[in-house]
Parts: sequence; structure tokens; C-alpha cells
Amino acid sequence: MKTLLDCKKACRVKVLKLNAATELKQRLISFGIMKEAEIEVLEHAPGKKTIEIKVGKMRIALRDQEAALIEVEKL
Amino acid sequence: MIDTVNIEEKSCPVIANHIKVALVGQPNVGKSMLINSVSNAHLHVGNFSGVTVDKTEVLFDYKDYHFTVVDLPGTYAFTDYTIEERVTHDYLCDENYDLIINVVDSTNLEKNLQLTSELMSMNKNIVIALNMSDEAEKEGINIDAEYMTQLLGIPCVKVSAQTKEGIDELLDAVADTYEEDEQESKLVFSEAVEEEIAQIVWYLDKHKYGAKNSYRNVAINLLKNNKKTYQKIHNNPIWIELQPILVEASKHIELHHDSDDIKESFAEEYASFNRGIVAEVIKQNSIQEKKTLTEKIDNVLIHRVFGIPIFLFFMWSLFQLTFEIGAIPMEYIDGFFGWFGDTIGATIPNDDIRSLVVDGIIAGVGAVVLFVPNIIILFIGIALLESTGYMSRVAFLLDGFFHKFGLHGQSFIPLVTGFGCSIPAYMSARILKNDRDRLLTLFIIGFMSCGARLPVYVLFAGAFFSPEMAGNVLFIIYISGALLGLVAAKILKLTAFKGADEPFVMEMPKYRLPSIKLIWHTVLTKTMMYLKKAGTFIAAASMLVWFLSNYPHNLELFKSYESKIEMAVDKDEKTEFENQFAVAHLEQSYLGTIGKFTEPIFTPLGFDWKMSVALQTGLAAKEVVVSTLGVLYALGDDVDEDNNSLINAISNNIPFASAISFIVVIMIYLPCLAASIVFTREAGGIKYFFYLFIFTSLTAYFMAFIAYNIAKLFS
Repeated sequence: MKTLLDCKKACRVKVLKLNAATELKQRLISFGIMKEAEIEVLEHAPGKKTIEIKVGKMRIALRDQEAALIEVEKL
Repeated sequence: MIDTVNIEEKSCPVIANHIKVALVGQPNVGKSMLINSVSNAHLHVGNFSGVTVDKTEVLFDYKDYHFTVVDLPGTYAFTDYTIEERVTHDYLCDENYDLIINVVDSTNLEKNLQLTSELMSMNKNIVIALNMSDEAEKEGINIDAEYMTQLLGIPCVKVSAQTKEGIDELLDAVADTYEEDEQESKLVFSEAVEEEIAQIVWYLDKHKYGAKNSYRNVAINLLKNNKKTYQKIHNNPIWIELQPILVEASKHIELHHDSDDIKESFAEEYASFNRGIVAEVIKQNSIQEKKTLTEKIDNVLIHRVFGIPIFLFFMWSLFQLTFEIGAIPMEYIDGFFGWFGDTIGATIPNDDIRSLVVDGIIAGVGAVVLFVPNIIILFIGIALLESTGYMSRVAFLLDGFFHKFGLHGQSFIPLVTGFGCSIPAYMSARILKNDRDRLLTLFIIGFMSCGARLPVYVLFAGAFFSPEMAGNVLFIIYISGALLGLVAAKILKLTAFKGADEPFVMEMPKYRLPSIKLIWHTVLTKTMMYLKKAGTFIAAASMLVWFLSNYPHNLELFKSYESKIEMAVDKDEKTEFENQFAVAHLEQSYLGTIGKFTEPIFTPLGFDWKMSVALQTGLAAKEVVVSTLGVLYALGDDVDEDNNSLINAISNNIPFASAISFIVVIMIYLPCLAASIVFTREAGGIKYFFYLFIFTSLTAYFMAFIAYNIAKLFS
């Protein structure tokens, strides 16, 4: 199983599943991170603690813990 | 003019023409800016999510209508995740309003429509404002607003809050929609969901269920597990038969979406509807997207190695500029108030009144006004940080670091706001969802030195360090205050606010060139507020300090010195005695008594009674520290005539180590009265104020004690 956290910079992936609890899942969905959504990894903050991704036209910052909950496959 | 009064007070006699509009949209789509350009109001605008944290009403007239527009905090989805989102959610559900203006960002339509589709089952008429249409056109995005109007059954109007294009058309559309009947929602779902909706609608219709909302919307809300709809229908006898139908329907939909979460299923339904709409109405010119400017800038600014050094360099430059440029007009302002005091003083025959005006009001207010240039530069810096979109980048860079100290990355936004003024900072902590995170942030905000403390720092940095060093000293003061705040956060997190970490998901807005007008306005407003405070609150406080430091008059003391002064052999000795009298008089005044009384507490920190008093008056407002020092040193002046500016008085009368320890206390101790009140309100109880008081006082005392003793070793 591959998660968003495993992705390198400039990697493009498709979301397969969100393993988050209800509340966080709602939050992710409201940012457009949902099944079938395409994500591009833009940048990692120092220490890979925070990552910047692009969903559609929106740039979003996520923490490593949240990224690990997003199952993805490479495009 | 901005009107934020209640409707009741300003309600107009012709009810029929009164339109109350709720302004709804995702964060950072320009809602507040749209209101500003519609009504000439001056709501605060920035480039990050969470600028508006509370609803604001703005009233204005257009054609035959009285408009009341309620600016609601931005919300990504129709949920109550954070406090600000709850404000919007509850307003839309419970309050009376005529229609919704849904503001969307034309450059990112698909994401914005996600909220729109949720609003469409609200049973309220909607007008969509396609904001930033000028920017969209520049990016080659052409939206067919007419076709979109047809497809959604909702008027869609292209506007630009920036250029004020399409504002009249938007208001016309609102007025038309107000006069029209209810809009019929054209939201369509996948076949599987539509089937279930049809079945429930059929059932509701069969039993003639009485509802304000259309049966279709009731059915959708039931399927989405909307609590309010459930509560209503739960008390109706049809519930018994409806329940099994709903259970089946939910199972069916979840199966169809291969998910066990009905809300997720609906989100996917909305997303595919929106994809359809966007595909129909948008014509994109440039098919192959090149790297946008924002991405290019981000490559540098949030670079994993250079990002943080660049940020530190920006901050360092800001404080350098604050001191360097701020120092230029200082001399003139100082000179002006000296001249002004002398001129006014010459026209007042009565000794007491002259002293009140010249030594009290003019010296006190002058000492505060002296720092207006520094304040302006600091405010410009913060306004730039807020309006360019850089703030969210810094939150991104520092989140990992912050996280180690138990703070949420988004805490950064209230903390930076705190460098300007603690009051809006306390308010903006509402963007934090978790109460523990929010309280923790509230407790730390005070460590970010606000603009009102800047005068104290500039005064002391100027008095004890060379001009080349003073800017660096300012930077060190601010940074070490912030670092101390982080350490305090860690301690609080390990003790008082234990708990699991909240997720961090934050939008990084597009970079925008700050509009000069906007910055000018923000800075002007804040500077005027500072000046107004100087003219009212600080002037009153200076009068009080003057009174307390001049009374009671001690006749015996006066007589004993009067004879000494008369018997003085030469002019020098006369001045000497006069100064001795002034000092003796000051020490026996009310303020002197208070200062002497509390002096023992502050002696370990190296303060004399004047500094102790200045700290205590600073509890009212931090500028009062400077004005108090101004009044106290103007009165008990024992420096010679041609060398009596406040900076010199400070450097001649206060030892270096005491000055360092004084700065440390100013950095840490309780924020001003107004900020403390806001803190108490936001934290949710007076007990938090006492916690804050004890926490900051102990920390300030402890740190200042250490700083004093270390500084003594070096001096």
C-alpha cells in the first residue's frame, strides 16, 4: 500500500482511499482531496514534516501524519 | 462610511424594499473585498484563509433597495469544523435573511462549486458572484456566465472586487432574484441517488408531509444525515415507515460508491456534478498549463534549505528598517514637542496648570507620538505579510518546528498578527479548531511583542546601543520573545494542555501583488488608531500620572529648599538645589509613595521606583510606560539643560543591567487592559485571565531576574 507520504517531489498520483476518521475525512474532502482526485506533490518542508500538494488548482499544506492516511497510486 | 449597527436601530420604514443578503463563500475568495467595493466599507482584507472570523453587517442603498449584507467567515464546506465555520453554519441555518450571495473564485471554479452545491439544498434563493473574473481572463479561463445561469438555475454574474467591474450587475441580479419566486434547484445526482430521492419524495408526497422545504430537498437532507431535518421528521408518525426506506436507501448509495460514509458519497456526487458544470461552461485557452508564477516564487521562498533563512532575513530587514528609517523623523518630532511645550507654557500664567499641560500632557503624549514612524513601518511590514500570501508559506515552513513545541502550524497566523496588536491576534485564534490548541495559542500570543511595546524597545535600544546595533537589538528582542513563547508553549502543552495533536490541513493561497491602496488604508487606519489613543487614553493617563507625581504639596519641604535656594552663592549651586528639591518632592508624591512601596518587589530585578511605577502604569497600555517615563524624567530632571531628551535621561539614569531586565519584563508581562479583556472573552472565562496573570508575571519575574544578573556580570 502506497500513501501520499511515500511520494517524492513532483510525483503525480491518484487518490484511492482516505483512511482518516470521519471529521478529518470531511475536512480533506472539503479541500478536494477525495477518491479519484489527482494530486501533485510540490514541495517538502525541512525534515519532511509538512508537504505541499496541488489538487486541481489549489495548493494545500499537509502534515506527514495526514499524508500517511491518504492511499494513492502512481499516475 | 462603515455601518455595522444592528438592523433594529437603522431599520427603514419601507420593509418591502429591504433586502438582507448573506455573503457566503470559501475562504480567501474576496468576500470582504467585494463588500468594500460595493459599499465603500473598510473591512479588513488579507490573503489567507481566516481574515474574517466573525460576521459583520454592512448597510447601503442601491436604486430603490436598502441592502443589508452580512459578511460571513469563509467556509470550505457546509460544516461546523472550526469556530468561524460554525458562525457561518449557524447563521445560514437559523437566522432570517432573504437570499445568499455565493462568492466564488473564478480561477478555481470547480473547488468553489463544492460549497455552492451544498448551498443549493438550503431552500434559499442564491446569486453566484463569479469573483476575480479579471484575473481568470488573464489566466485564459473564460466562463460562460449565461450558460452557467441556465445550467444551475441560479443567476451567475461575473464581477471583480478589485476593479469594481460587474458590481451593478450583481446588485441588479440580487434585486431581481429577491422579487422572483423560489428558485428550483437543478442539482442532479447519479442515477442510483436520484432513484432513492424519487422514492422518498414519492413517500413524502403520499403522506402529504408538511414542510417549508421542497420534498426533494427534504429527501436530500435526510440522505445526507442532516440533523435538523431528522429532528423535525422524527416527531412525525410517518417516521416509523420512513426509517426502513432510508436505511435501505443509504445502504444502496454507499454500495454504489464503495464507501461506508454517506457524506463522502455525497461529496463525490457533488464533485461529479461540478465537473460536469465546469466542463460545460469553461473554455480554457492555454491547454497545457505552464508553471504558474506562484509555483516559481514558491520554488524559492519555501525551498527546503533556503526557505527559513529567507524568512529570517525578511524579519531582520523589517526591524532594521523600523529603527533606521524610524529614527530619521524622530529628532523633528522631539524638537516639535519641545518647542510646542515651551510655546504653550509661555502663555499659561498659573504654575500648576502650566506644569500639568507641559510636563504632564505634552511630555506624555509627545513621548508616545515620537514613535509613530516606527509603528508605521512595522504596520506596513505586517500588512505586506498578510496581503501577499507569504504568511501561509511561513506557516508551512515553520509547522514542523512549531509542532515540536506543541503548537499547530496555523497558530502562526494569530502569532504574527500579535506582532501588530494582540487584540486582533486573540480574535484570529478562532481559526484553530481544537479548544486546547486555541487556548494554548491565546496564552502564547502575549510573547509576540505588539506594536505598542515597540516604543519602549526603541527608546531603550536607542539609549543603550549604538545606532548601527539598535536595529539588530530590536530584531533580537522580537525573535527571543517569540522563542521564549515557543518554550512556554512546550511547557504548557506538557502540563496544562495535554492532548492529541490536531490534523494540519491548510490552503496555500496564490501570491498576489498587494494593492497600494489597501496597504495605505490598513496602515492609515492603524496609525490613526494609535494617534487617537495617544490623544485620548494616553493623554488622560499622563494627566493622572502627572497629578500623582505632583501631589501632595509638602510645604515644609518647599520652605526648607526655598531658603537654601535663596542663600545659594552662585547660579550652579542654585540649580543644584532646585534639582534636589524636584527629586525630593517627586519621592514624597503619591506616585513616589506607590513606587517606594512596591520598590522592594522589583529591587532584585534592578529597578528604581520610577521604573516600577512605569511598569505598573503599563498595565493600562504599553505606550503609557513611555509616557510615564517621559513625565517622571521631565519632572525630576537632574540632567543639564541642553541634554534633556528622554533617550539621554534614560541612558544617564538607568544602569545597563536594569535596562535589560526592564526590557525582559516588558516582553513578557501581562498585555494591556483592552487586550486582557479580549483575551478573557476569547478564552471563555475570568479564571483564564488569572491564569494568564500568574503565568506571565512569574515568567517575567523569573526571566528578568536571570537577565539582570547575567547583564551585571558583563557591565
